[in-house]
Amino acid sequence: MKYDVVVIGAGPAGMSAAIRLRKNGSSVAVIDEQPAPGGQIWRGVERNSGPVAEALGTDYRKGDALVQAFRACGADYMPETQVWQIEEGWNLFLTSGGNARRIGARVVLLANGAQERPVPFPGWTLPGVMTVGAAQILLKSGGMLPQGDVWIAGAGPLPLLYATQLLGLKGRIAGFLDTSRKPGLAALTKLTGAWRDIPGLLKGARWLRDLRKSGKMVRGFHDLRAGGDGRLQYLEWQSAGERRKVKADILLVHEGVVPRIHETMALGCAHEWNELQNYFTPQLDGWGESSKAGLFVAGDAGGIGGWLAATLSGEIAGLGIAKHLDASFDAEGERHKAGLDKRLASARVLRPFLDALYPPPTASIADEVIVCRCEEVTAAQIRSVAKVSAPDPNAVKAATRCGMGPCQGRQCGYSVQALVAEAHGIPPRDVSFFNIRPPLKPVTLGEIAALGDLEDVL
Amino acid sequence: MNADLLVIGGGLHGLSAALQSARRGVSVILVERHFLGRHASGATAAGVRTLGRDPAELPLSLEAAGTWHEMNELVGDDCGFIACGQLQVAEDEVALAKIQARIRGLEAKGFTHETVIGGDEMRELVPDLSPHCLGGAWVAVDGSADPHRTIIAFRDAALRAGVKIVEQCLLTGLQRRAGRWIAETSVGVIEAGTVVNAGGAWADRVAELAGEPVRQSIRTSMMVVTERTQARVKPVVSSLGRKLSFKQTAQGTMVIGGGSQGRLASDRQSASVDFVALAASVGAAVRLFPALKGLRIVRTWAGMEAMTEDHLPVIGFSRKATGLVHAFGFSGHGFQLVPSVGRVVADLVCEGRTNLDLGAFDVERLAKERAVA
Repeated sequence: MKYDVVVIGAGPAGMSAAIRLRKNGSSVAVIDEQPAPGGQIWRGVERNSGPVAEALGTDYRKGDALVQAFRACGADYMPETQVWQIEEGWNLFLTSGGNARRIGARVVLLANGAQERPVPFPGWTLPGVMTVGAAQILLKSGGMLPQGDVWIAGAGPLPLLYATQLLGLKGRIAGFLDTSRKPGLAALTKLTGAWRDIPGLLKGARWLRDLRKSGKMVRGFHDLRAGGDGRLQYLEWQSAGERRKVKADILLVHEGVVPRIHETMALGCAHEWNELQNYFTPQLDGWGESSKAGLFVAGDAGGIGGWLAATLSGEIAGLGIAKHLDASFDAEGERHKAGLDKRLASARVLRPFLDALYPPPTASIADEVIVCRCEEVTAAQIRSVAKVSAPDPNAVKAATRCGMGPCQGRQCGYSVQALVAEAHGIPPRDVSFFNIRPPLKPVTLGEIAALGDLEDVL
Repeated sequence: MNADLLVIGGGLHGLSAALQSARRGVSVILVERHFLGRHASGATAAGVRTLGRDPAELPLSLEAAGTWHEMNELVGDDCGFIACGQLQVAEDEVALAKIQARIRGLEAKGFTHETVIGGDEMRELVPDLSPHCLGGAWVAVDGSADPHRTIIAFRDAALRAGVKIVEQCLLTGLQRRAGRWIAETSVGVIEAGTVVNAGGAWADRVAELAGEPVRQSIRTSMMVVTERTQARVKPVVSSLGRKLSFKQTAQGTMVIGGGSQGRLASDRQSASVDFVALAASVGAAVRLFPALKGLRIVRTWAGMEAMTEDHLPVIGFSRKATGLVHAFGFSGHGFQLVPSVGRVVADLVCEGRTNLDLGAFDVERLAKERAVA
């Protein structure tokens, strides 16, 4: 089967692009790992109603219209399907229900979003410690709330949003450990641009006010440790010269999100380094096309911008792809007519402020902390190897097995990069990323073996 | 910088030659374009195999086999070597007859390292093996090692022997002037009396810079690693006539290789995995071990390695330039030979000759006439 366009991800960007491309008559397949469209932001939006939908807020409920339009657009929608290999040209290897298959495309659009930035600290691998994003998935997938003494530690819009949603559903929070720094000069200088997004600022202020009112905000601490016998039982931190220790059953952590780059890294696309947020983004032109012709990226996968920016960048990529497929298509005219650039600029107006307000953590990782969860490699092991190797994470990987596990370095990639940079006294931007080896998602030997018969089927 | 010997290539063959030369009092600089073991040495399945070798390689291979059992003495570490045996399975009568004929031929030449074993004995060694397998060839003292641990052991031993290792150093020019080699590199000029070309997949480039163009291609053998599973397969298993080599590592992962070829990038600097081609090796593996079908793959890759027309390496002095020793073209089965080839190259570097007949490995057989501009 060969499509004009295969879109990976049915979130705001992927759905918008698919709708746009279907309007132009292109054949479109949309592949998504989730059982229903909406992406992370609108997970379960077709199903959730009542108090849960109410608590999830107005931005969440805005997803309904787009999901409906997507369902009706005529794209081949493939839920619960994983893309585990992309070959230039383009061929995509998929798996669903335990069966692998291959489809072809003239153009591929990556709209696979972001992942939470893993930040290792003592005790982060204990059962009972999970990310805010994972907790929010449980909330959106059936209104599940964490029980017991629930602590949140982190910074950024998501923990504040989640805490507000939780409190709105009569959930309880034992405390919120705010790791953000005091809004410094860097953040304040960005306010001149941010004033244009008054509702966005107000929303943030409301979250903060609600939390402070609950009297459970802890600020100005350091050296957070999670401890317990076989699972999380307590938290410790240092504050105003004192060691504090509290009982904890659940700790939800979050230090911002970073684009998913494994696909573009595996394909050898050119990438850029985001200095403010310490992550790589694929190098994209004004239509979202990467350094590989015919491979487009939209939404948070191309740089964190939030759902509204993702929707607009999806539309722009849709136009760019239409032009790629048919040179006579007036993409510029359509882009101008829909006011996409103006709307995108306005959707992104708060971003520089947020990026400056929530810089990524820069604290050095303690020696005893496990950095690679799959292979259980500590910061000390990585440091000792990095010191005597060329400044390349792949040398560290070969020597320590760090990054060789099933997560393919999604958890440890940036940590290893930071440790290598630290060992050689160079900035992280000068250190490359792991070489990403296929498959992008685990696939069984039986599924691969069955590919041998593929040529007959095609 | 200058030294008696400049080794070009920081794979295991370069490290072994550097180490064994330095032990004999020669000053050595080793340059590596990326990091040590970046390509074939890090991408290998690390089989330690005398089984099924070309008879021309057997003197080197049997010597190396002895060293692998005493690797501690050479590099101060066992390199994760386990003498778990190597088994070559015959899946049908034709394959079994070929194995029997090969072993008879070896015995006629006085080589007794391989033996024929029957189906029952084979299933005692590997209980999970599919019942359709008829018999095979067996070498009990063969096995496999840990490639990354081997690289670290050879590196550390080389450093202790005084080898200066320069990583992220690309060779750009190589000229012989007044009885010395002048090597231009990305980190400056290096002078040396003798050069060892251990450039792996790019050894032809080194040879060309030295004025000796050779015919050499690049192999891009693919490998698969699965998630960890309980220990169930002890020996390294291959199947005659199929692109398969199969082993379970000390970590519990299954490693499947066997020579299915990936795609070489047009600039010859990288290779990518071709899953449809890989299905041949994986299919062969699950035919031998049907119980493993549900095991998940976590990683695959395509390594890059020099391949010659006759699949034999180039080992010995250059035919065109003085003071140049080649050690490349291992064509996908050089890992086991690392200790003995390093010894032989050190002989050539330090004494100008060696005890083994290197006739089959002469670079002359691959000489390429320089194209007239």
